Amino acid sequence: MASLKELKGRISSVKSTQKITKAKQMVAAAKLRKAQAAAEAARPYASRLAGVMASLSAKVSGDDAPKLLAGTGSNQRHLLVVANSDKGLAGAFNSNIVRAALTTARSLIAQGKNVEFYLIGRKGRAPIKRAFPALVGTQFDTTDVREPGYEEAERIADDLIARYEDGKFDVAHLFFSTFRSALSQEPTEQQIIPVPAPEVAADDTGAVVEYEPGEEEILEALLPRYVRTQIFGALLENNASEQGASMTAMDNATRNAGELIDKLTIQYNRSRQAAITTELIEIIAGAEAL
Amino acid sequence: MALHFELVTPARLVRSEEVHMVVVPGAEGEFGVLEGHAPFMSTIRDGAVQVYKSATSAPEMIQVRGGFAEVGDTGLTVLAEHVDED
Repeated sequence: MASLKELKGRISSVKSTQKITKAKQMVAAAKLRKAQAAAEAARPYASRLAGVMASLSAKVSGDDAPKLLAGTGSNQRHLLVVANSDKGLAGAFNSNIVRAALTTARSLIAQGKNVEFYLIGRKGRAPIKRAFPALVGTQFDTTDVREPGYEEAERIADDLIARYEDGKFDVAHLFFSTFRSALSQEPTEQQIIPVPAPEVAADDTGAVVEYEPGEEEILEALLPRYVRTQIFGALLENNASEQGASMTAMDNATRNAGELIDKLTIQYNRSRQAAITTELIEIIAGAEAL
Repeated sequence: MALHFELVTPARLVRSEEVHMVVVPGAEGEFGVLEGHAPFMSTIRDGAVQVYKSATSAPEMIQVRGGFAEVGDTGLTVLAEHVDED
């Protein structure tokens, strides 16, 4: 049986842990609201761009389509872009994304493809490095920014496109977590390069659209932008998911700490009462002996 | 006599309003868009989009970088990567 002092120490330590988890939960809740608003604000741009892409890519196809749309003609080297967060305390958020990426990596390797990882954020590095020590290529550092913004997405996309143009890989998949609700986030895989033609049914009004300079030039200018937007959207979804997962995880932690405190307090009171009873018995026994 | 004008960046919807005319710095020269413009799509170079609220008012300048403009049935949509508003 632990002594009274020990119990007291444990109770106060769990209490301070609870304070931390509670604070983190509230911070996550506030950040979640912001992240959700940001994700919502990015939607008009993404949907308009997808619409334009759909109508253009339908027109420009065949041999003269840009490389970013048509692909390199090979399907051998795959780049897995894994977007994680920089901080933990978010439950299974990071490990779910990593697991999805590793599953895909294993099945690609089983098919005899070459796989390389491109990591965004810090938290994916350790588990991926453990599973495939030789395959971790670049890591994009996001620790110096508070929230991933369009600039980061731009830098990541430009980096990826430059590698693609250099012929370093043939297909790029992006792994991130789609935000469904604060309780559920879904690890998602998405092919970003070559750009899959959006399936939006172009609301063809039959009107002849005039293009300036030309359809191909516009498409060529549009594709990198589309990739950027995809990555930006993924980063935003990821951010919202992280906060949601963090909120849920911290809520659970706070509740667990509360339960532990209750249990320890009961134990503390019992042993204090036991000590008092023993003392009383001693006094009474002493008095009776006189 | 109003043109529906939307200016969108990846981060947010900057403008969505009814205006008289918008002059867009297209890649092959500036072009003005009034209501009922034929369907048209152009990349834009870095420069100022001039928004005329009414035929007589002074234009409002919005600096944009990287993007393209689309004119459709619903009006003019400018998608820009960066927007500097004064």
